[in-house]
Amino acid sequence: MRISTIIYEFKQGFKNIGRNWMFSLASIITMAACIFLFGIFFSIVTNVNHIVKNVEENVGITVFFEEGTKEKVMKQVGEEIAARPEVADINFVSADEAWEEYKKLYFEDAEDAAEGFKDDNPLANAAHYEVYVNKIEEQNELVDYILGLEKVRKVNQSESAVRTLTGFNKLVGYVSIAIIAILLIVAIFLISNTVSVGISIRKEEIGIMKLIGATNFFVRMPFLLEGIILGLIGAAIPLGILYLGYGQVVMYILTRFKILTDVMQFIPVEEVFRVLLPVGLALGMGIGFLGSLFTTKKHLKV
Amino acid sequence: MIDLVDVSKSYAKGMPAVDHVNLHINQGEFVFIVGSSGSGKSTLIKLLLKELDATSGEIEVLGNDLSMMRQRQVAKYRRKLGVVFQDFRLLQDRNVYENVAFAQRVIGRPTRVIRKRVPEVLTLVGLADKYKSRPRELSGGEQQRVALARALVNRPDILLADEPTGNLDPQNASEIMKLLEEINDRGTTVIVVTHNKEIVNAMRKRVVTMRKGVIISDEEEGEYRYED
Repeated sequence: MRISTIIYEFKQGFKNIGRNWMFSLASIITMAACIFLFGIFFSIVTNVNHIVKNVEENVGITVFFEEGTKEKVMKQVGEEIAARPEVADINFVSADEAWEEYKKLYFEDAEDAAEGFKDDNPLANAAHYEVYVNKIEEQNELVDYILGLEKVRKVNQSESAVRTLTGFNKLVGYVSIAIIAILLIVAIFLISNTVSVGISIRKEEIGIMKLIGATNFFVRMPFLLEGIILGLIGAAIPLGILYLGYGQVVMYILTRFKILTDVMQFIPVEEVFRVLLPVGLALGMGIGFLGSLFTTKKHLKV
Repeated sequence: MIDLVDVSKSYAKGMPAVDHVNLHINQGEFVFIVGSSGSGKSTLIKLLLKELDATSGEIEVLGNDLSMMRQRQVAKYRRKLGVVFQDFRLLQDRNVYENVAFAQRVIGRPTRVIRKRVPEVLTLVGLADKYKSRPRELSGGEQQRVALARALVNRPDILLADEPTGNLDPQNASEIMKLLEEINDRGTTVIVVTHNKEIVNAMRKRVVTMRKGVIISDEEEGEYRYED
């Protein structure tokens, strides 16, 4: 295909948009709403995932043993736990180490007071394992398994925050999929409608084109381009807004909820957009293309 | 060059619009196809353009068997034909130049060629100085010339004219016919469907007369004889 022909087809595509700009505008707005929501949900989901990941890496479960359990037995249990696929990392903390840690925390300025326990470790039964899981959802299962093991007295887990986050993330995921699906259908419908109005306006021209010897491709091209352009514009606007707004929102959350600053580590906007930008644009383009393809197939049986 | 062998075309129910027609037209001929409305002459043009497919019989044009032709080959085939209509069918939102250039764009001619070729044809039809006008600023005769220029710009082998003078006064009608004759003199086969008796009788060309889908006469240097 010649460059001049391609330029001509593009011009026609833009002309179509201008000719029924009301419909074009409606399509662009719907598309923009669709991609905007997609962008918001995408940002939330990736950030929550990121935070959960952080927490998963830092929050473990602690396994304590019955009084008088021999270290050899503990090691055996440790090996059994380590063999589980859910386990990311496992550390053994002996009673002495636990006492040292405790001393550091609570007898920092009164080491003399701690001296009194020198040969009588009050945490003699505090030897334990710190176990870190790959996925927070698998933690419960692992705890059940460990409780069933020999000589295990107690398992501590600190999961409520993580559990809430994971649940929230799933909910956001489902809601966003549902809303986006509905909006996608509306967007396809509107674009297809816009293009079919364009086709009916240009019915005569299309008839002449066909008689002169235009190929199907040539006749369809401007309409397909129209759909793609509408999709791209509809995607570019909300992506721009999201890019500018992302930092503001993160800043707001961090200043408003200072307590969370430790837990909440947000992903920088560039990193979010590394995925969101191409996906958003491709989505807009794809919807535009599909919407106009359906219509041209239906109305332009050349 | 054009061969119709036992061609019939029936629409759903009712009489056939074209009924067992045999017609042969040589390269470079000028042929009138005449008849009242409903005689089947317009259907004949549509068959030649492959806007319609024959119900039975064989149509061969420029070496193409139209019944065997695939949908994707139709566009290429039509580029060898030029068409003009009674209602001109110009694009109202474009000027004269763009209307003619349109025919070249559609078949993917480069802009360089279009810039050279369009003024040539506009000169041929005598509208070189009106290339910037919009169709509605032109008279009927001028509009038909634009349509003619559009039909000719791609140098077709055959020119099909469906009632080209139907909307024109006698003066303009005869000028258009003169143009068609000129085009024919340059080697293009011209087929004119009309019921304009004066023009047919004045031009003394081959006349094919149809009535109710049947060819009832075919004469060299013929006349429009059959009244309804």
